[in-house]
Amino acid sequence: MNNRVVITGLGVVAPNGVGVPAFTNAIKNGVSGIRFYQQLKDLNFSCCIGGIPPVSEELKKQYFSPLQLKNFNSPGILYGCIAGIDAWKDAGLSIDENSDADWDSGTVFGTGSSSVEKLRESFYKIDAGQVKALGSTAVVQTMVSGVSAYLGGMLGLGNLVTSNSSACCTGTEAILMGFERIQAGKAKRMLVGGCSDDGPYIWGGFDAMKVMSYKHNDDPEKASRPMSATASGFVPGSGAGALLLESLESAVERGVKIYGEVLGGAINAGGQRGSGSMTAPNNEAVQRCIKDAIDNAGIHPDEIDLINGHLTATIKDAAEINNWAAALNRKGDNFPYIHSLKAMTGHCLGAAGAIESVAAILSMDGNFIFPSINCEDIHPDIAAIINPEKIPQTVLEINKLQVIAKASFGFGDVNACIIFKKYNG
Amino acid sequence: MTNEALIEKLKEIVKPYVKNEEGFNNLNENTDFLSDLKINSANLVDVILDIETEFDILIDNDSMEKMLNVKAAMEIINTKLAEK
Repeated sequence: MNNRVVITGLGVVAPNGVGVPAFTNAIKNGVSGIRFYQQLKDLNFSCCIGGIPPVSEELKKQYFSPLQLKNFNSPGILYGCIAGIDAWKDAGLSIDENSDADWDSGTVFGTGSSSVEKLRESFYKIDAGQVKALGSTAVVQTMVSGVSAYLGGMLGLGNLVTSNSSACCTGTEAILMGFERIQAGKAKRMLVGGCSDDGPYIWGGFDAMKVMSYKHNDDPEKASRPMSATASGFVPGSGAGALLLESLESAVERGVKIYGEVLGGAINAGGQRGSGSMTAPNNEAVQRCIKDAIDNAGIHPDEIDLINGHLTATIKDAAEINNWAAALNRKGDNFPYIHSLKAMTGHCLGAAGAIESVAAILSMDGNFIFPSINCEDIHPDIAAIINPEKIPQTVLEINKLQVIAKASFGFGDVNACIIFKKYNG
Repeated sequence: MTNEALIEKLKEIVKPYVKNEEGFNNLNENTDFLSDLKINSANLVDVILDIETEFDILIDNDSMEKMLNVKAAMEIINTKLAEK
């Protein structure tokens, strides 16, 4: 029989809040973390705004030793380790440098691309004939598995330690990979999540593709507008989200707080066929992914109370709503509540699914639906499918929030959907 | 530069990499970077880079291989300084 899997720890480093208390406060109050960055303007970016988590030098020193911070130039690994360690501690687990490896605990911690800043620094040295000057720090910070390798050492993990990568699906996919490993009895605890770098070298390619908003450089907090008639592209974000997944048996045995249960999920791809391409989703695949997740969770679509959407604030938002409505066979007044965290954080790329899942769990645990800001003018194509009241504009306290569906879709035509449920024993 | 002054400078350079405080407090000519100071072997290249910067010298591959203890480091630094 499969093990049941619950969430016993959370950690988050988001543009609008670092640490669970600050982040919870921000999402409840609809606080945007999007700011204007002069550096982007100086580099001739069309989109000169973004979401960068406020991490101070002091905070860094609480998580990293002076030696680890020497020649350290990898925001993604920084955010991932802070979120990961927070989730680990939140679950009541200890950190002891002198302990044996914990054979029952592992990590799947993903990233879209690793440490572009460190790569850039290294390339300049190599091109100048100074390869020796890379020292020992270039490899560990630029290998894609850098973040999981750092966490593995900090926490003494002795089970699977790896990093997945599937563009904007990464964080959500990591959660499902860890879930399946515990379900299969191959690990008791899996630290799962995703992280993303920030700045011009990771965001430049998106700016060139003209998929980012360039109309709100003067009012950054209004820029990320999922589901709005005036949505004009996504706003880039960064950070990390982490969940400590644990077998129900282990969580009960340890007597720790259970935030909720991962009931099931699905991962698939559209093969870049039909409406799918490298950069656009195959709608049939998206619908199948949602349906498969519901089947895997063993629930009826009507049980879903809330959808934590992918909803990036591009022209694809209406198509996503249509896919949800078709997959659930629910529309109008019968459609679940739906919102997008990206309105406050921007699109945190490889970290998006993980940060948004942390937000989903906090909603479920705290019985609130955070507002989907910046969509007071709901897109008519969306209003034609669902009752606009299903998109809360202000925080909604709700005591019967039982089941949340979370999905992420990524370049490469890849999809992932998770079903979270309140733990009722 | 006197040997004492050189050892003091080396102490400053290796400090961030040291994992054994006792070995560090007793650092002398016979101290081994790996066994006495418990420096991670991957960090030896970083120690050497820091030495190059501090003394404004270049340490070749053959010399790098020999720089496993304080004594060898001092000899190599003195040789390179004399060549300048």
